[in-house]
Amino acid sequence: MSMPYYVSPEQRMKDMAEYAQKGIARGRSLIAAIARDGIVLVAENPSKTLHKISEIYDRIAFCGVGKYNEYDQLRVAGVRQADMKGLAYSREDVDARSLANAYAQYLGHVFTEGIKPLEVELVVAELGNATRETRLYHVAYEGTITDREDFVVLGGDAGQIADRMDDTYVAGVSIAEALRTAVAALAGPDRTLGPDLLEVAVLAEHNGRRCFARVVGAELEAMLASAEA
Amino acid sequence: MALPLFPVTEDPGPNLMALLEKSGTTVAIGGGDHPFTAPHATTVAALRYRGGVVMAGDRRATAGNLIAHRAMEKVFPADRYAAVAISGTAGTAMEMVKLFQVQLEHYEKVEGTTLSLEGKANQLSQMVRSNLPMAMQGFIVIPLFCGFDLARQVGRIFTYDGTGGRYEEADYAATGSGGRDARSTIKAGFREDLSEDEAVDLAIAGLYDAAEEDSATGGPDPLRGIYPIVAVVDNGGFRYVAEDVIASGFERLIARRSAERGGVGR
Repeated sequence: MSMPYYVSPEQRMKDMAEYAQKGIARGRSLIAAIARDGIVLVAENPSKTLHKISEIYDRIAFCGVGKYNEYDQLRVAGVRQADMKGLAYSREDVDARSLANAYAQYLGHVFTEGIKPLEVELVVAELGNATRETRLYHVAYEGTITDREDFVVLGGDAGQIADRMDDTYVAGVSIAEALRTAVAALAGPDRTLGPDLLEVAVLAEHNGRRCFARVVGAELEAMLASAEA
Repeated sequence: MALPLFPVTEDPGPNLMALLEKSGTTVAIGGGDHPFTAPHATTVAALRYRGGVVMAGDRRATAGNLIAHRAMEKVFPADRYAAVAISGTAGTAMEMVKLFQVQLEHYEKVEGTTLSLEGKANQLSQMVRSNLPMAMQGFIVIPLFCGFDLARQVGRIFTYDGTGGRYEEADYAATGSGGRDARSTIKAGFREDLSEDEAVDLAIAGLYDAAEEDSATGGPDPLRGIYPIVAVVDNGGFRYVAEDVIASGFERLIARRSAERGGVGR
């Protein structure tokens, strides 16, 4: 009879983390950035139908990178949680913090108890109002949660892109300006990213009750170009 | 609140009602046995015009022979391109509308696409059917549904019966206790090429006649500034008609009828 191998908890955590990081690093990156009049969410994504960025609720958006089936399942769970909460209480009681916490709990649970960790990294973005601040909640594969008031970078080259964003990001600019900064940071110095390779959405007050809107086609081209004009 | 995650084979998909059932959330629609008089909402109408549909509803809710509420709203956006109006037991109807609105939005968010207009009409039909046990107790809800069909570029109207039966109406429809009177007026004035303004005026005339003949239907209330609600759905989506437009519509209607009579008489 063979004895089971002993693996120290440290080693197990290290292996799990390495596995998750590898999975996430395979995908392309995403930036969520807060602008003066809203939040801009931009991902490098050649697909027009398999989204990394989605609507959760009136003022809440979801961004995920990594393994599509894993973050999409979490996205749907988020929509469900938000809609059920809004029905049970009131639309204004649905908040991103509680959802981000639920994601963190779940990811943390799977990381320590599961056979394999989820290869995903998420941002839950919330456009503020009179009672809540505009916030980005960053949830990592092992359940670490941080909140930011400027920007979050997810995915493969997150470190390098975040360095570029640190140099160029300015708080309080327009959505279009923040989008151009984020696209430049995603692209890096050696290439440019055209509208065909980008998935862009905004959370903005002017969209009505449901603040989330995808930016596509001519509107996206105009937003990307308006600096030169 | 834990994340509502389900095993792959038991996933409720974009179906909100199935989700609520699986999560053990009780829904007000269905079941119940309450021997009291619940507030009742009456008379909603819809008609088609060149560019879409107009939907209108009075503001009165009654409980027996009493007026329960003077400013109740019975016309709601179902989503961006559809409207729903309610007649029947007010509380149940409002809950049904709320669930219907959330269901359409829920589907849209989970699936990433909107339901077809027909799909939305069928969804509402299921909700009316699930209310059948309550309807048998007297708490019936009869909605009226209309919207702009983006695929066909026309306005469409659907009516329902208490069992969830769904019927598409060609030109116009009205339900509630004053529905018959509203329908007669709209029928007399309906033309294939009505403009939006003409359709709004015709809906206003329909409600005015319903309020004249039916005690449970409220007319315009200039004293409190309460007027029936009128909404339009066209290829730009759902929008409410401004209250001053509705108020002046009633003024013109009354002036015209008074002139036709040859002055104020008995």
